[in-house]
Amino acid sequence: MTVAELSQDLVWAAATALTVALVAFAIDLSRLTKQHDDREAELASRERTGALTAAVGTSSGAAYGPDAAGAGATTEAPVSRKAANIGISLTWLGAGLLLIAIVTRGIAAGRTPWANMYEFTLVGSFVALAVFLGVSTRRDVRFLGSFVTGLATLFLVLAQNVFFIAATGVQPALQSYWLVLHVGVAITATGIFTVAFVTSVLQLLRDSREAGSAVLGARGWRWLDSTPTPTQLEALSFRLNSVAFVLWTFTLIGGAIWAEHAWGRYWGWDPKEVWSFVVWIVYAAYLHARTTRGWSGRRAAYFVVVGYACVLFNFTGVNLIFNGKHSYSGLDSTT
Amino acid sequence: MRDETTEGPATGPTAGQASGSASTEDPRYRPEGIHDAFVEGSTGRPGERPGPAPTVPALGWKGTLRWTWRQLTSMRVALMLLMLLAVAAVPGSVLPQRPQDPAAVLRYLQDHPTAGEWLDRLGFFDVYSSVWFSAIYLLLFVSLVGCILPRTHAHLQALGARPPRTPRRFERFGVHARVVTDAAPDAVVEAAAHHLRGRVRWLPTFRVETRVEEPLAARGSTPARPAARTVAAERGYLRETGNLVFHLSLVGLLIAVALGQLLHYRGQAIVTEGRGFANAVVDYDTFENGAWFRPSSLVPFSMTLDSFEAEFSQDALAFAQSRDFTAHVTVRDPGGDSHPETIKVNHPLTAGGAKIYLQGNGYAPEVTVRDADGEVAFSGRVPFLPEDTMYTSQGVIKVPDVSPGLDQIGLVGSLLPTAELSEDGTTARSVYPQPLNPLLVLEVYSGDLGLDEGLPQNVYRLDTEDLDAAVDDAGERVKLLVAPGETVDLPDGTGTITFESLPRYVALDLRHDPSLTWVLVFALGALGGLAVSLFTPRRRVWVRTWREDDGTGPETRPTAADDGGDRSSPAGRTVVEVAGLARGDDAGLQGQVDSLLAALPGVAPSTEGDLTHQTSPGEPGRRKADR
Repeated sequence: MTVAELSQDLVWAAATALTVALVAFAIDLSRLTKQHDDREAELASRERTGALTAAVGTSSGAAYGPDAAGAGATTEAPVSRKAANIGISLTWLGAGLLLIAIVTRGIAAGRTPWANMYEFTLVGSFVALAVFLGVSTRRDVRFLGSFVTGLATLFLVLAQNVFFIAATGVQPALQSYWLVLHVGVAITATGIFTVAFVTSVLQLLRDSREAGSAVLGARGWRWLDSTPTPTQLEALSFRLNSVAFVLWTFTLIGGAIWAEHAWGRYWGWDPKEVWSFVVWIVYAAYLHARTTRGWSGRRAAYFVVVGYACVLFNFTGVNLIFNGKHSYSGLDSTT
Repeated sequence: MRDETTEGPATGPTAGQASGSASTEDPRYRPEGIHDAFVEGSTGRPGERPGPAPTVPALGWKGTLRWTWRQLTSMRVALMLLMLLAVAAVPGSVLPQRPQDPAAVLRYLQDHPTAGEWLDRLGFFDVYSSVWFSAIYLLLFVSLVGCILPRTHAHLQALGARPPRTPRRFERFGVHARVVTDAAPDAVVEAAAHHLRGRVRWLPTFRVETRVEEPLAARGSTPARPAARTVAAERGYLRETGNLVFHLSLVGLLIAVALGQLLHYRGQAIVTEGRGFANAVVDYDTFENGAWFRPSSLVPFSMTLDSFEAEFSQDALAFAQSRDFTAHVTVRDPGGDSHPETIKVNHPLTAGGAKIYLQGNGYAPEVTVRDADGEVAFSGRVPFLPEDTMYTSQGVIKVPDVSPGLDQIGLVGSLLPTAELSEDGTTARSVYPQPLNPLLVLEVYSGDLGLDEGLPQNVYRLDTEDLDAAVDDAGERVKLLVAPGETVDLPDGTGTITFESLPRYVALDLRHDPSLTWVLVFALGALGGLAVSLFTPRRRVWVRTWREDDGTGPETRPTAADDGGDRSSPAGRTVVEVAGLARGDDAGLQGQVDSLLAALPGVAPSTEGDLTHQTSPGEPGRRKADR
């Protein structure tokens, strides 16, 4: 087995670990949901019998709210989060395997392993996982697990089946240390945007459910009740997005410097440049919307959704549909 | 962009935000991103802008103007302009653009005559110079300036502001704590101030002010309290500074880019091996410049292409992919000194204050065409444009200068660096980009090339409308196959063609833009300002400490707080209250208060103390009991 083949097998191994992690996280969410239901029922019955306890008022944001510990202590033992912890461990495993896959890919190609669409997808998925794991060492974000691992698995499978190209060197235009900086930072920003997007989508779903949406009020969406409150989700999403936005700003500036070196102009409205600009503008609008009366909260979260759609299009659509100077997917005959 | 949140919170009472120092006691700070009007509330001045003015009664033209200005500088309009800018940028990536690819625009116009004409009229083929795109970003910048300048003024005044007064009650704040200590209030105050200022003397973390408070009688639910020492501290003035630097840098960036457009020049030249060019406007194949460019500013150096090396991948995975291009050149300075240099992709050469980029390369076969009389009708190098990774290159040889009475000759065809003939010998293709087995495959036309009419022509295309193609007996077009060193007869006895040699050519791009440094400075300024404004926490911390007798309430026997405190007194103790308030969601506020408590002298957890609360909505908290 060559190093290149080893890298490919490791990606499959990582995808497998992440799939199992996804299942574990899903089981955890359903357990939390059940616990939530039980507590609601218990509270309801207590109220019926008139036995009001100090636990009243802790029903929303059950497992993650600041008062969750107190609620658990007064009513019952905290629900077992074993499944979530298995999920976290498997995510560490998957991320580790993916990291080795990326390193071996770099060895096989003899260069920085993020020079085409396939490699970008691998590294981007890894960054998303790393951000999730990094945040999870500081605070409890296990509710994000199933979504982050799910997206990462989806991206990895897509990469293996659609974007794959053999590991090899790169054309002269890519032979620059800016490949490490510009593309590396772009991938990191994309990974963080991914986690922030998941958070904002959860915020929107939960917000709609609390607002009494007919669709989201269905029992199938009960698991939303065990996620943090929309305000907490919004805060997390903002923090991630602001980091990613700064990185994206650096991506644009670094790209401009590199373009000045390689192509003789710092900005030429190449399709990739146009869409990177659009992404930047949308997220800038998001940051401004957050501070504007009547636009914060829900509406600001929609900006995140639009922004992430632009990020995805910038990555896939611009690479595959348009023919510009950034056509480095290696998937078609363009050079 | 006007920060509308300064005009009152979205919900709840607005009094606190609108009227000066009262806002310091209002913990209902809404989360904010890069816009932050925290300072205004703390300066004690009323908000400089009156309430929102979405509906203004008719006030004549002056009022209308003011209303328009207000709307333009409002955050809502700025948001719409931002989104509009994003949407307006998209067509430029979908439709072909003249500055990038004029040929593609022509093709599009031919394929879509009706729609294309309208799109052209509306500027869709040069989106980024179009009136509507320019209008959007100029309005956006007007809006930005209209917002930033007043804010800069306000911020400069607020820079000297004192930290806000210590609020009466700490319990209302999301993060607060109450501990007791043996140390005297003075020692506590000194330690707190020292801790909050930080280690760096000239750049204190917090702006700190210590004060003395008179005793307070009980009022309502607030219990009475003896005289106390307080510490009021505020940090994060840099947040607004970063915000302003970011926005002002964007303005600077726009101006720098515009100046660059006026001052820049750009020349393109195709140079074959062994030949050169001089840095003069006439020596470039194409030359464009900004309105303020002067031709006299070109430094008269000259340059020769000594050789050009190309490397291509030979492994099966990426066969024939380019790996390295190097142009070896000799630059001759105006003074007469000459020195060898190399130009590579990603490594432009700086000469005469301009940068010379290696933008392309290919083959320029040197051919000699003799007419029917045996006279040399054409001799020279003809650049062929590579069309694929195997460098299958297309080119045209135009031979207008034939002997009098003869038809002009045009040769159209391709150059195959490594030719491989098909089995029947009728077609050939290139299988590798290096010139291992070069072959010219040419069709021959004769007639009037139309060059004498004085109309400019594309040197890479032959207009065959008025020309006759040479055909063989079967009616098929004649295809000449010429290898280097060979001389082949042209059909119908019109002459001969000799493939002398196969030099390479490079396409060089010379550019000069004096604004580059400023563009970079402002871009980095924007990046730095953005990072500072997003990641600098904006916090206020208050400490109140007083002495009280052990076991008795403060209401019974108030003591003088600033009497130096009797540390050895076994009956007394010092109560310390700490509160923290953050602008927006701030995950580090609790840690800030905790580390402050830890820095206080003699603080030990007590039954009464250790009431550190965390009810801030922005803090999900950390709970991993079962891990």
